[in-house]
Amino acid sequence: MKTTSTLMALALAGMLYACGDSGSTSGSTETNGAAAPEKTEEQKAEHDNKGIGSITSVTLNNPLDEGMVKAGKDIYDLKCSSCHKLDGTRVVGPGWEGVTSRRKPEWIMNFITNVDEMLNKDAEAMAMLEECLVRMPNQNLTEKDARDVLEFMYKNDIKK
Amino acid sequence: MKNNTLKIWIGIILTGTLAGFLSFAGCKGKPQSAGTDADAASKVYVSPGKHDEFYNIVSGGFSGQMTVYGIPSGRLFRIIPVFSVDPTSGYGYSEETKPMLNTSHGFVPWDDLHHPALSLTNGEHDGRWAFGNANNTPRIGRIDMKTFRTVDIIEIPNSSGNHSSPFITENSEYVVAGTRFSYPMDDAESNPDVSIKTYKQNFKGTVSFVKVDPQSGNMSLGFQLLLPGFNFDLARAGKKGSHDWVFFSCYNSEQANTLLEVNASQKDKDFIMAVNWKKCEELVAAGKAMKKKVKYAHNTYDEITHTAKSEMLTEVNVLDPKQFEGLVYFMPCPKSPHGCDVDPTGKFIIGSGKLAAIIPVFSFDKIQKAIAEKTYEGTFEGIPVLKYDAVLHGEVKKPGLGPLHTEFDGKGFAYTSFFVSSEIVKWNIEKLEVVDRVPTYYSIGHLCVPGGPTTKPHGKYVIAYNKITKDRYLPTGPELTQSAQLYSIEGDKMKLLLDFPTTGEPHYAEAIPASLIAPKSTKIFKLEENKHPYVTMGEGKAKVERKGNEVHVYMTSIRSHFTPDNIEGVKMGDVVYFHVTNLEQDWDVPHGFAIKGAANAELLIMPGETQTLKWVPDRVGVHPMYCTDFCSALHQEMQGYVRVSPANSNVPLSFSTGGSNQPEVKQ
Repeated sequence: MKTTSTLMALALAGMLYACGDSGSTSGSTETNGAAAPEKTEEQKAEHDNKGIGSITSVTLNNPLDEGMVKAGKDIYDLKCSSCHKLDGTRVVGPGWEGVTSRRKPEWIMNFITNVDEMLNKDAEAMAMLEECLVRMPNQNLTEKDARDVLEFMYKNDIKK
Repeated sequence: MKNNTLKIWIGIILTGTLAGFLSFAGCKGKPQSAGTDADAASKVYVSPGKHDEFYNIVSGGFSGQMTVYGIPSGRLFRIIPVFSVDPTSGYGYSEETKPMLNTSHGFVPWDDLHHPALSLTNGEHDGRWAFGNANNTPRIGRIDMKTFRTVDIIEIPNSSGNHSSPFITENSEYVVAGTRFSYPMDDAESNPDVSIKTYKQNFKGTVSFVKVDPQSGNMSLGFQLLLPGFNFDLARAGKKGSHDWVFFSCYNSEQANTLLEVNASQKDKDFIMAVNWKKCEELVAAGKAMKKKVKYAHNTYDEITHTAKSEMLTEVNVLDPKQFEGLVYFMPCPKSPHGCDVDPTGKFIIGSGKLAAIIPVFSFDKIQKAIAEKTYEGTFEGIPVLKYDAVLHGEVKKPGLGPLHTEFDGKGFAYTSFFVSSEIVKWNIEKLEVVDRVPTYYSIGHLCVPGGPTTKPHGKYVIAYNKITKDRYLPTGPELTQSAQLYSIEGDKMKLLLDFPTTGEPHYAEAIPASLIAPKSTKIFKLEENKHPYVTMGEGKAKVERKGNEVHVYMTSIRSHFTPDNIEGVKMGDVVYFHVTNLEQDWDVPHGFAIKGAANAELLIMPGETQTLKWVPDRVGVHPMYCTDFCSALHQEMQGYVRVSPANSNVPLSFSTGGSNQPEVKQ
């Protein structure tokens, strides 16, 4: 199983536009442990875009707040995991691995809490939509929920 | 002889109808059929993206549903299934909603909904609930106006044909239910086996008072009154000074059991019945009511478990008004009264004899005086009959032909519909003078002024719900659309603004300012609050379980895939339950679920909701399932397969989405 997943992940590195056609969830198979894909141009892109919305600055925790990480993971399991994997695998939406280095924390939280305006006006978000063609749903997260999810994203990136 | 009499009646009605058409098309100047001008158009035009001023909650008649339109545009927003199954939403087909249609007769998937009643606080609309009656298998349903969904249905025992219902009291204390068909009752049982010819000896009528919990809206059967075997027709509760009373019209005081068209039209006067519900309530609280053994269903829907439950109840409080003074009085009312409407002040009760050439207006103060002074003209089966002249405020002379119903504008005017002469007549309640009339196209039944039955009507419009449409729209074969017409009542003269088609057969309707409902409308069900026993709280928890021959699929949907979407190991003889949780938390993103060969319907699952479709595979093979409600650009990809193997096969139960079920790639 692991071999298959690794092969798939490697294949994906060269197949960025293939949204949603090769995800991997299964009742009997865990997909964690897949090797990370090669670094891509997307991940190298450093920028200062904070996105559009009510979040103008985020104070990061060091070390991470494990309570927030746990709350963030619970939200992820319920509302996000259908479309986002924790590795680099793109399913409906992009995998979360490396997201905290690709995006400003403000951008991530604005995208989560103000998804429709972001998808309509923010250039980076609009570019993602052009790739995936499925609008990220507004999953009705509060600002606090979004901050917890962000903490979990950092945890996820440290682990890798 | 009978045939001749029948023909004469038909002749009278047809002549009247024709006279109505002709008089407005011919005698009274130019026809108004094309009476909408640019001014009228601007009054009903709601620009794209803008909202209407009123919700119009309209009964669906024999569709068993309620419908929701915008006023003034006449645009249809929603069809709410109440007593009838609805394959579009899965109401009555999903495992969760099937109990809503349970009755003492078992599952009854259809009914005939005639009258909505919107909840009231201090006599004014509060925008919380809409009630509707089931005319065939007697029931009352309650719709939550936050979700526009049916959440409560109570069956009415000792009843047959629940027509005079659910008309509501001033603070939503009770909704009422009167039998249209009286039927045999004796001390031992409801509906014993007797000859129909023994109507006068054995048949009884009842009216029921169904209590509405002031917080939850939950309905319970308060009490019933045991009454003579009449046909109870319509009802209205008192207001302000008359708050403690409900008035019911009744016909067939002749107590005929055949050819009622003729035999129930013999007497000059039938009755309007006045019931002091407050006194009844006190007697019931004091333990004075008889406890009768009955069987009736009470079904409630819980928006947290997303599941309905049905319980069968077995007892009802019955009061016999012969045994208690001051509960019930009859008032003579000309010619088979239909409408029985109370004006916004609560001082006047307007009777509408279907075959009468006048409109009698009763005075609540005079009724009280007549009761106090015992001004009776006699009794009927032990119940006092008040003297007509003693309780009459006055009669509106020659208002039109076939008066049916009356609504009010709060400015001292009444608007009465006339079926036979096909018109709305505006008249002054105090002076009993007709001030205006407009034709309707054709043969109006009920009518509706926004807030018309409340203590504070909003005036502005009157809407006609017509029984005949004929030539008003493009023909669609023998069956034509039903229709409504919107008139302005802002000026002295009523003015036709708009025709709009309706679904089902509209009977009564109410209209309520959108501001009382729209801001409270539910957008999604919160996943965190979902307590459905088969919820799947996140895609990682999706699974398939076997319990004997039952296979339970815990499935999630989100744009745009199901998890799991490949299922194997189902066998012939299995019963499969798809418990689909919609993981979306965004407004207006339902997902559908359908599977080939399903003998029931689809599911339409709102964001955050769980609903269950039962599927009994009838053949071996691979069966497709898919999302029916276009959800995203990749909606057409939202699909999957269920493999069904022979009963004796060894295929293990397995399930997945993506991953392990990718097609094999040859190296």
